[in-house]
Amino acid sequence: MFDFLNNFTSLFTFFNELSILPSTLILILLIMVPLLIVVAYYTYAERKIIASMQGRLGPNVVGPYGLFQPFADGVKLFFKEIIIPVDSNKFLFLLAPVITFTVAFSAWAVIPFDSVMVLSNINAGLLYILALTSLGIYGIIIAGWSSNSKYSLLGAMRSAAQIIAYEIAMGFALVGVIMISGSLNIGDIIHAQKGSMLNWLWVPLFPLFLVYFISGVAETNRAPFDVAEGESELVAGFHVEYSGMGFAIFFIAEYANMILISALTAILFFGGWLSPFNLNSLGGLEINDVVSNILLFFINDGIHWFIIKTLFFMFCFIWFRATFPRYRYDQIMRLGWKILIPITLIWIFVEMLFIYYKVEPWFL
Amino acid sequence: MLSNYFPILLFIIVSAAIGAFPIILSRLINKGKNNNKAKTSAYECGFDSFDDARMKFDIRYYLVAILFIIFDLEIAFLFPWAVALESLGTSGLITMSIFLLVLIIGFIYEWKKGALDWD
Repeated sequence: MFDFLNNFTSLFTFFNELSILPSTLILILLIMVPLLIVVAYYTYAERKIIASMQGRLGPNVVGPYGLFQPFADGVKLFFKEIIIPVDSNKFLFLLAPVITFTVAFSAWAVIPFDSVMVLSNINAGLLYILALTSLGIYGIIIAGWSSNSKYSLLGAMRSAAQIIAYEIAMGFALVGVIMISGSLNIGDIIHAQKGSMLNWLWVPLFPLFLVYFISGVAETNRAPFDVAEGESELVAGFHVEYSGMGFAIFFIAEYANMILISALTAILFFGGWLSPFNLNSLGGLEINDVVSNILLFFINDGIHWFIIKTLFFMFCFIWFRATFPRYRYDQIMRLGWKILIPITLIWIFVEMLFIYYKVEPWFL
Repeated sequence: MLSNYFPILLFIIVSAAIGAFPIILSRLINKGKNNNKAKTSAYECGFDSFDDARMKFDIRYYLVAILFIIFDLEIAFLFPWAVALESLGTSGLITMSIFLLVLIIGFIYEWKKGALDWD
């Protein structure tokens, strides 16, 4: 098992050194394909978990425990006709889901899965992610406007206003992270959190972590902030008119965005692929049998910690949806503008002073 | 240096292709038949839609967008400052405090004027 993982890691570095087109393409597919599979099973997990929380069974017909349900849904949607409304702008109508999808996935180009497993280790990583998540709004606005339907337009307007309101709080939370780590490079941000789980940034930046995650939920238009597509008032918001594959692409993009927010929360505030245990305290251990070898591998830093942390936040998204009732629109705007933004502004001041007077753990 | 950004460009192109491919293929497979008015008109709870959807909308959406530009610019200013925070020392602290204070005064003004209320 270790050999396999080691080989995999060295494969990754090997491809990085061969800076030619095919190897990069293979790496991109190595990120995209697992991500698409995770998206498929995220929808399945959502239906299963919410069903369990509500005392239902959830999908259980297609395959054992309904495990093939996402693929059955995908095939069904693929063979459905994409109806284009008569009064719509045809080209923009078909372009909108592609924009949303592209933006949701391309942010993964700079996400480090491991100390070496990263497609492109650029210095402006966080800036790139902030820029791309802001671009997501274009897909929504274009979809809502080009459909030429009242529900779509209202949904798109609401969605846009909500996303940009929470974008600000999110940006301020990111500034707090950069102030401590002193770098925009995501790998450096993770390295700044080295140590045990008490060295992760969620300890010094706890309010900013809460603000970031709440903004992330609002940014992806998920419950309890899903007024933009509230079924009971706007049918489905900006994608009312979409059917078949057009709808499926929006759906995949939404779930990819949720996974991205979870991964970013894990990276920025919970140390990404770092282990929660202090590895130096284990230094003098004698290790010769297989079991403790496996245990040590698990305790060490690695991609599995990144996956576990991301899965936890992905679960939170589903958990929130099953638990909280929907906010009213004016409540959402109040939370964004009057609560989250003041909190982040005050925290930036506080953090600035802490760093200036070199107070631990804010000063690294 | 620039070669670091090439994989990102390629990633954007590949994800756009993966997003567009199923839509194009699905359009080719499922040719729309019976495109009658009831099927292709915009959804409006079963009624005939009686107006163009591109109607007037609430001014507050516009206001929120303008406020967003101001604050997003502020964040854009804060990013490089936060990276260089430790090397800037006291002058960096004071300059940014003044900058933030001016913005916070504006924010309080908006708040008191009711630009952030929504009902």
